[in-house]
Amino acid sequence: MAIIRDMISGFELFQPTAVDDAIELLSRYGDDGWVLSGGLDSFDWFKDRIKKPTAVVDLTNVEELKGVRISSDGVEIGAMTTITEVSKHPHLLENYSILAQAAGHIATPQIRNRGTLGGNLSQDTRCWYYRSGWPCYRAGGNVCYAGTPTSMNREHCITGASRCVAVNPSDSAPALIALGAQFVIRGPGGEKIVEAQDYFMSPAVDIQRMTVLEPDELLTSIRIPTTWSGAGFYYEKMEDRKAWDFALMSVASAIKMSGGIIEDARLAVNGVAPFPVRLEVVESFIKGKEPTDELGMAAGQLSLSTTNAQPLRHNDFKLPLMRNLVRRSIRGTEG
Amino acid sequence: MAEKLIGQDISPPDLVAKITGRAKYSEDFRADGMIFAKLLLSPMPHCRVRRIDASAALAMEGVFGMLTADDVPAVDAPGEPCLTNEPLYEGEAILAIAAVDETTAAEAIEAIKIDYEPLPFVLTPLDSLKPDGPNGRLEGNTRVGREIKTIKWTQEDFDIAGPGKMPMGEPSDEWTVGDIEKGFSEAKVILDETVVHQSLSHHPMEPRSTMAYWKNGKIYMHTSTQSVARTRASLANMLDLDIEDVVLVGEFCGGGFGSKISGSPIMQVPAHLSRKLNRPVMLRITRYEENYLGRARPGMQARIKIGFREDGRITALDIYALGDGGPYGTNDHMSGGSTASLAYQPLNQRQRGVGVYTNTPPKAAQRGPGGAQYIGMLEPLMDKAARELGIDRLDLRRINAPDGNSVFGPRQGGLTSVHVKEAIEKGVELFGWDERIQRSGQLNGTKKTGIGLAVSPYTAGSTGFDGLLVIRPDGKLQIHQGIGNLGTHSIADTGRAAADVLGLQWEDCEIVWGDTSQHLPWSSVQAGSQTTFAHTRANHAAGMDAKQKLQEIAALDLGGSPSDYETSDGRVFHRSNPSRGMSLGAAAERAISLGGTYSGAEPAEDLNDMTKMAVRGLEGKGLVAAARDNYPREGAIQSWVVGFAEVEVDVETGQVDLINYTGVADVGTVLHPRSLRAQGLGGSIQGMGIAMSQKWVFDPVWGVSFANRLYTARPPGILDVPPDMDWAAVEIPDPQNPVGAKGIGEPPVGAGSAALTSAIADALDGQCLCRTPLTADVILSEIEGREPAYGPLDLHV
Repeated sequence: MAIIRDMISGFELFQPTAVDDAIELLSRYGDDGWVLSGGLDSFDWFKDRIKKPTAVVDLTNVEELKGVRISSDGVEIGAMTTITEVSKHPHLLENYSILAQAAGHIATPQIRNRGTLGGNLSQDTRCWYYRSGWPCYRAGGNVCYAGTPTSMNREHCITGASRCVAVNPSDSAPALIALGAQFVIRGPGGEKIVEAQDYFMSPAVDIQRMTVLEPDELLTSIRIPTTWSGAGFYYEKMEDRKAWDFALMSVASAIKMSGGIIEDARLAVNGVAPFPVRLEVVESFIKGKEPTDELGMAAGQLSLSTTNAQPLRHNDFKLPLMRNLVRRSIRGTEG
Repeated sequence: MAEKLIGQDISPPDLVAKITGRAKYSEDFRADGMIFAKLLLSPMPHCRVRRIDASAALAMEGVFGMLTADDVPAVDAPGEPCLTNEPLYEGEAILAIAAVDETTAAEAIEAIKIDYEPLPFVLTPLDSLKPDGPNGRLEGNTRVGREIKTIKWTQEDFDIAGPGKMPMGEPSDEWTVGDIEKGFSEAKVILDETVVHQSLSHHPMEPRSTMAYWKNGKIYMHTSTQSVARTRASLANMLDLDIEDVVLVGEFCGGGFGSKISGSPIMQVPAHLSRKLNRPVMLRITRYEENYLGRARPGMQARIKIGFREDGRITALDIYALGDGGPYGTNDHMSGGSTASLAYQPLNQRQRGVGVYTNTPPKAAQRGPGGAQYIGMLEPLMDKAARELGIDRLDLRRINAPDGNSVFGPRQGGLTSVHVKEAIEKGVELFGWDERIQRSGQLNGTKKTGIGLAVSPYTAGSTGFDGLLVIRPDGKLQIHQGIGNLGTHSIADTGRAAADVLGLQWEDCEIVWGDTSQHLPWSSVQAGSQTTFAHTRANHAAGMDAKQKLQEIAALDLGGSPSDYETSDGRVFHRSNPSRGMSLGAAAERAISLGGTYSGAEPAEDLNDMTKMAVRGLEGKGLVAAARDNYPREGAIQSWVVGFAEVEVDVETGQVDLINYTGVADVGTVLHPRSLRAQGLGGSIQGMGIAMSQKWVFDPVWGVSFANRLYTARPPGILDVPPDMDWAAVEIPDPQNPVGAKGIGEPPVGAGSAALTSAIADALDGQCLCRTPLTADVILSEIEGREPAYGPLDLHV
């Protein structure tokens, strides 16, 4: 079969207005179904004719999946809330600013208007071998083209590889991990809740999936507890351009201080592994210490050793970058 | 007397259509019975098509037919066919299918079975020059004179160079001025560097779509092209038609940057398909296809040796550059040598090179071809030399810059005008160099400041084209433009030379452009920064012809001699008694009744045939004036941009923030200040993309590209530059243009690119990384003292 790109194949479009209807459709179509939220990830796949679902379930009209709800327990954000809304929401800006900040770094203003928080968290990897339709492990084949000594893998992972060396592209994921968020998933059997870092799939477990979602399940909302509200926050995204670029790496931290000493902390990085990485060893290490540059540097080194970070042919820079981003997430940039 | 239009801001005539979305680009057109074509592109960098089985595709409902390489005229190597049975790069078009809609055409493409025989391929020039390196073409790997030949360097050539240094074996091209060895013997400081410049796609916003149909033996084409008159000529040539049988419509062009100068080979496909199937055919090129078919700037692998006298004067410049030629060749690696000669005035120079065929997308002129790469590669070395010599970087530029008596290039020709030294001084003041340079190398938190500058010349004009005007009975001036509407405002701005000759208000002028059925004159290509110089001259000449005809008509009707009459404000009148005169409309009526040379019935002998045809076509519409630009010209026409940049480099991440950019141009008289600023800063930003982010990435084993989408190719975005960049011009007229103007399109690119690399090197304590783009990973590895991820000669990474 000859290859042609940039031309979407036909499919049946469903636009349900209720979550349960969407799940019913997904159950009916199974592997032939596809969940569409903002479309940046989906339409790329469709245009390249690499993914050809027969039924596309567009969640745009499901009102119950939209909006930011504030309660005494924290805040709950519907999965179909736009990234623009997340980036500009006053309550999020005031209490959970790393999430708003991370959202503000996603793609472009136009894409943020269409894109959703749930979509950003659930999107597929951007490994260009995989996205070019090559029959790699992740695509169901039996080879990784990106991990060889001659591969072009500047953007790929330095830890967490298991046959696949792709990275997770989500900018909001590390912020939500640092905030201790929980993800609400609904399927035919009802609702379940997973910790943010447990939402993402390691290729060691299932190489063809980026998240724990089953084909007939939906991410419905993201709950952020008040635990870290008002803590010291740090978010940074490294990218080649200041818009419309996937992160080379990103870091997010939430740190509670008491008397100049770190009382509690949560740290996460993305762009280093096939999934966003929470740095629990580093969190324990810095507790009870002063957030100096020396501590940041030691924590940065620890982040490399604890994740057993190893470069591929073209991404050695990610080692000092991870060390420095972790360092800055503890010390800040003024040091 | 009307105020001169030249020098004023105006709204160009296409503005409202563009900003309201009503402008019709090629893919917006429809014709009765129109069908859609889709292309099948090669999946491999080099292969032979052994067998095509399209039976299933052609049997599909809604499919009208197929066009293959066997249906189109063969092209002699190394010419580029529109379809091929031997693809020479991944993404080359093999065949096209036409169907009732694009969805059906795409499904039909997928139903085709093709048997490919893979052939050897090569991605970089140096790999092909290795003793056992593959050739990009079966006929050879380079072109010497008119012949395709194979050049292989010896193992000894590679051994002499040693690791990390570019070897220098047998060149295919070479020129020398002076005595290069003597020059180096007089030098106090000698640099010898290996430098890599990336290849990068043009990526205009509008892909090169075309719609074509035939009527009564004529072809009607709606296509995305930079030029109009010249694209019509190239189409006639490609389709083996007389020029009058080609009707071309291209009123708007969503960017070209040199990739659509006179159209492109792929525009033949709908023309041939339309003839074969007897229906109008639309071929919309997608962004993915544009990446492959849309041309690219050739990258280079180069060795640059420069000798400096104690006072900073360059005594010797010895450049050896290999050009990434793609399958169909390039000359940027040699032409850049002339730009270097002009910019630095070396006392002795040798220029050597080989343009090597590679199995990467075809190369073409890209905004400042050759020159922009050379300035990008050389300016950081000037900074490095300044440090070694202990000379101020500005002084090093001042001492080597040309003046009015300077000559350059292999033929040592002179210039029409040059005021680069004035541009440097104006820029120093506007940028605030003396204050900013104090911050050079300062660390503020994790950010280190660097200050850079670059001096970038480029060709800025040509001569000898035609101007064509009609003064209508309603008194309006119609200015016919055969150049294209590339978004530079040339169609309007160069027309003002004619309006000013006649003393007309802008409201009384109408521009006719973009449709060859509207009688357009022979013109320069809308490329090479040519139109400003070429078509202010041509329109000025036509304006003078119109003026003379008006004077003759007035003298004929009102007495006296023609020279007694003047034109202004819509009238031709007696100088000593302005009430004795007539309106231009009345004069136009008289011209129609007089006939002959006045009405368009008898075009001047020295006009191009296409212009003569247009003049005759306009007979009876009014006073028809047309003239060839016969004004004298001596010397090369070159414009200059001096760029200044302040950056902050984050020493913990390698990220670069551009804090300020200031550009100052020597472009002669400013025709249109707002447009000049847009061209100057826009071109500079394009150059900044070369310095910072834009690239090609190829898998070396499979020979296929990955930076084939806008987001992976990473051209710069508006957020990558500060909102308050500065711009100015020295505004000294060029004496060899009747209105004093020179072109601007291209010199800003080298200035933007090199000012940034210069500033980044300054922030790195003068360390020149000798490659572009300088992405954060490259900078961070340097700061951290780690092994670079790319070798000094690695290309397409």
